[in-house]
Amino acid sequence: MIIENFKHYQHAHCESGVSANLLRHEGIGISEPMAFGIGAGIFFGHLPFLKVNGTPGTTYRIWPGAIFKRVAQRLGVKVHTEKFSDPQKAMKALDDVLATGKPVGMLGSVFYLPYLPEAFRFHFNAHNFVAYGKENGEYLISDPILQTVARISPEDLMKARFAKGTPEPKGFMYYIEGVSSDINMAKAIEKGIKQVCFFMLTPPIPWFGNKGINLLANRIKDYPKKLEPRKAALYLGNVIRMQEEIGTGGAGFRYLYAAFLQEAGQLLKNDELLKCSEELTRIGDNWRNFAYRAARIMKERKSGLVSYDELSDLLKKCGADEKVLFKRLEKMKLQ
Amino acid sequence: MNVNEVPQDERDLKHDGRINKLMYAVDKDGKYTGINSAGWEAENFALEQAWEDIDEALVKVEAQVKAGALSPIVYFMQKNLMDIALLANYSGKWQWQVKRHFKPSVFKSLSPEMLGKYARIFNVTVDELVNFGKDKGKS
Repeated sequence: MIIENFKHYQHAHCESGVSANLLRHEGIGISEPMAFGIGAGIFFGHLPFLKVNGTPGTTYRIWPGAIFKRVAQRLGVKVHTEKFSDPQKAMKALDDVLATGKPVGMLGSVFYLPYLPEAFRFHFNAHNFVAYGKENGEYLISDPILQTVARISPEDLMKARFAKGTPEPKGFMYYIEGVSSDINMAKAIEKGIKQVCFFMLTPPIPWFGNKGINLLANRIKDYPKKLEPRKAALYLGNVIRMQEEIGTGGAGFRYLYAAFLQEAGQLLKNDELLKCSEELTRIGDNWRNFAYRAARIMKERKSGLVSYDELSDLLKKCGADEKVLFKRLEKMKLQ
Repeated sequence: MNVNEVPQDERDLKHDGRINKLMYAVDKDGKYTGINSAGWEAENFALEQAWEDIDEALVKVEAQVKAGALSPIVYFMQKNLMDIALLANYSGKWQWQVKRHFKPSVFKSLSPEMLGKYARIFNVTVDELVNFGKDKGKS
């Protein structure tokens, strides 16, 4: 059973990529940046008290499932989402939907996806991919971060869908039930932008949004004082990995969001959006520079206070510039 | 980032393939477009460092298992990149119970069901699990 007309396109980020691929299958011509922007995917959180594999947790994305849900809602698309407690039932439900000719999006752990190179397979539980058929006892998988399609055995897929840890995917699957013929792009774009501004600028707690970037910058300054050099390098390494690995990251997300602002600006003939896009590209370059410099410090085993101070300042600058940018976006009228 | 700045630092870390990620970059007309990247030095290094750390810890724990100080559970737990909390979650046991299973004396008395469960979690056979670190096992 193969959904013949399903087309796999490679994207930068898993969830916005899956969203774009599923929507395109239903005839809604949408780019990944558009899905990411309307779905308000950009976010930041640094939770020093939540240790993931022994290092403080840093996230650059909104919680799993949110992008798809939001972009669908804003485009008037009817979706079905479901979680399961019983793995057998979850696999049966997947088979049933595939049999009706619908491609299915799913959440799973990267660790249990053998089609990915081993070097990338950590216990990262919020990866998104699509099943678009079943052939010779294997599922046909469209993983948006890959150039081509892949296959997976039912046993491995079940393990990935029912991985334990944080967050637990619990067999989460989603698919599109029906689309609306009446799509108001301007309204969808505005809602997406306003929501991102809200999440980046407004959280009253210091761990989330723009404030979180500042918090992480302050922590990095303290790494060489508080941690032994090896540990400091590992903490820093984790920030970089969360930032750049498998398209879930810092600079990459800035470029993705800048691409969205550009497309939105062209569509709505709004020069201010185009200018914001250019500005965010520049900020993205600074994020990249931050990651690059961090890797240099780790590589040269420089654990001097000065280098961590510089790094902290670089990150603070990213945060400060972004704050200005999101304030500009927040004030903008788009309709 | 301009199109020609998309990093192409190829590196096959575990020798089983790479991912040519898609990245968004600005072309000469200022328009965003998707470009494949073979990898980036900074990310490669952070990944490499993470794996070095894991591999170093594994060498240490292997020696401890061979010396009879720890049970093979600890080795396979770390090989599967798990910590005690995650393993407890997978095995349906409390953390203190899992910790007890780290003791070679307790490990020896584990039921076949429990060993089978661990073997499935670690994706090895019960034989591989039980004989790990023993001379004839040559694991």
